[in-house]
Amino acid sequence: MSTEIKENIIEISSEKNSLFREALFQLKGNKSAIIGFIIIVGFILMAFLAPWLTPFEPNAQDISIRKTAPFVSSHILGTDDLGRDLLTRIIYGSRISLIIGTISVGISLTFGILIGLISGYYGGWVDRIVMRFIDIMLAIPYVLLTIVIVALLGPSLINAMIAIGVSQIPQYARVVRASVLAEKENDYITAERSLGASDSELMFKSILPNCIAPIFVQATLGIGDAILSSAALSFLGLGAQPPTSEWGLMIASSREFVTSAWWIVTFPGVAVLLTVLGFNLLADGLRDVLDPRMKD
Amino acid sequence: MSDKNKLLEVKKLKMHFPITSGGILKRKVGLIRAVDGIDFTIEEGETLGLVGESGCGKSTTARCVAQLHRPTSGEVILRGNDITKTGKTELLKARMDMQMIFQDPYASLNPRMTAGSIIAEPLQIYKSRGMLEITKAEIIEKIETLMEKVGLSHHFRNRYPHEFSGGQRQRIGVARALALNPKLILADEPVSALDVSIQSQILNLLTDLREELNLSYLFIAHDLAVIQHISDRVAVMYLGKIMEVSRSKELYKNPLHPYTVALLSAVPIPDPRIERERQRIILTGDVPSPDKERHNCYFYDRCPKSFGRCKEAVPALVDVGSGQHVACFLHHDKEADNS
Repeated sequence: MSTEIKENIIEISSEKNSLFREALFQLKGNKSAIIGFIIIVGFILMAFLAPWLTPFEPNAQDISIRKTAPFVSSHILGTDDLGRDLLTRIIYGSRISLIIGTISVGISLTFGILIGLISGYYGGWVDRIVMRFIDIMLAIPYVLLTIVIVALLGPSLINAMIAIGVSQIPQYARVVRASVLAEKENDYITAERSLGASDSELMFKSILPNCIAPIFVQATLGIGDAILSSAALSFLGLGAQPPTSEWGLMIASSREFVTSAWWIVTFPGVAVLLTVLGFNLLADGLRDVLDPRMKD
Repeated sequence: MSDKNKLLEVKKLKMHFPITSGGILKRKVGLIRAVDGIDFTIEEGETLGLVGESGCGKSTTARCVAQLHRPTSGEVILRGNDITKTGKTELLKARMDMQMIFQDPYASLNPRMTAGSIIAEPLQIYKSRGMLEITKAEIIEKIETLMEKVGLSHHFRNRYPHEFSGGQRQRIGVARALALNPKLILADEPVSALDVSIQSQILNLLTDLREELNLSYLFIAHDLAVIQHISDRVAVMYLGKIMEVSRSKELYKNPLHPYTVALLSAVPIPDPRIERERQRIILTGDVPSPDKERHNCYFYDRCPKSFGRCKEAVPALVDVGSGQHVACFLHHDKEADNS
């Protein structure tokens, strides 16, 4: 009986302590973050449930009904120049955007964290060399950098993801390095070092978990950015190739109809806008909640 | 002095930090002589207080002893081994005997770890390196006994540091330092960041633990009352040098070095009548920058009693009887200096 009570005490006290649980609780009071969160959840549901949300195939063409206006037939958002259902293509497009967002952010996170940790932790000449290299990468316009990478690897969706991921590494490396610099001066790091903890233990087990908040904000912001960049790359013909239902590609292939059939260009654009907006709103809210400097 | 065993012996310890300038290719433009040749010993079960004003090298001394900074020169002999020159594994072994307690209880505990895992961390580190045989159940048992020992309920094992008060956090820091059953605790201003009422609790805890576990402390503080309370012997530091080492009682009753005298005269007395009549020795000037090599007494620039010899040589720390060692020509007879 008494042990049972003891276990309960321990569970209660440990339960309320997760940082993200606390953050989520505080996010409830932040209206724009909630809007962002709802948009993102809708977007993710859309991606997962795509085949059940629409009766049409994304690539099924029907020339007889090409450029059907929105809101007049069973094709709610109308059809494009090849008679494909626009809503279906947008829904399927969310899958690709979600994949692009997560994979490219995954790439930049992995390398950004590694570079930032090593550079910030060791300091000295390692830091100086790495950071100058990062500065050079930042000095090259980011679209130009992605174009160069795609040009080297060849245009395809996978290469676009790699390009976007690589071109974003500097941002993450800087964010991670900055928080590592602040965190490694703390006495608990000295304490753990005096206990004999190794460099890798200190970096990955002690410093990194304490730097996670700004990284998390940056990553949320980064997914929105990556989606926008992939749309831009596809628009330029360097990302997804036809007939993939990718939002940027949809805008690019129908831009000549912008005066005659506005909906073909507009709706994919609205989809990009909403998704990116959702991620930015959530990231802003998370920054308010997770960054202690924003707290009173 | 030494019927007992010497636990720690520090010889001619120097820690010089380079001052650099320039961007990618840094140049060394000078040296900060944070610790500039100090000697002291700590016997088993003894507490040595280290006192001095800010920036005199107290903390650097502790960090050099703990090998957090590799000293520029000198020896740190812990139980007969000079640990300044040993390899990683041997150093790790030596560290089992020597643990640190830090000043700021808010910064010295990892905010992402529970109290239990903070206390268990030294055990985990030594277990993962195969230097300690201990099972999971034993670790939990050890955490709970340690927590009770430092006056915390073991129910708090899964709480995070931010749920504790400053004093409780410092107790967690003490428990962590005790986890490996060390012989020597390096306490770097362990009570300076705490409220006065909490300070005495932690001091009493440290005193009790010393009796119970036969610990030795290197106890750093800038508060003279705290030092007097806990120390057997006190070393007074100034500008990276030890000015005077004496038994705690002697030092407060009969300070010899002019710096010690000035330091003690700054302690306020909690009686307004005596306080009003108290003679204070106000030192003129500031602490000189420690970036120059000195060939005269380190206290020469500010000493109210300096005379000719003080400008010519650095006084050595000399035994002047009754357990007092002082680095001042006023108290040196000629023989002592020649030897």
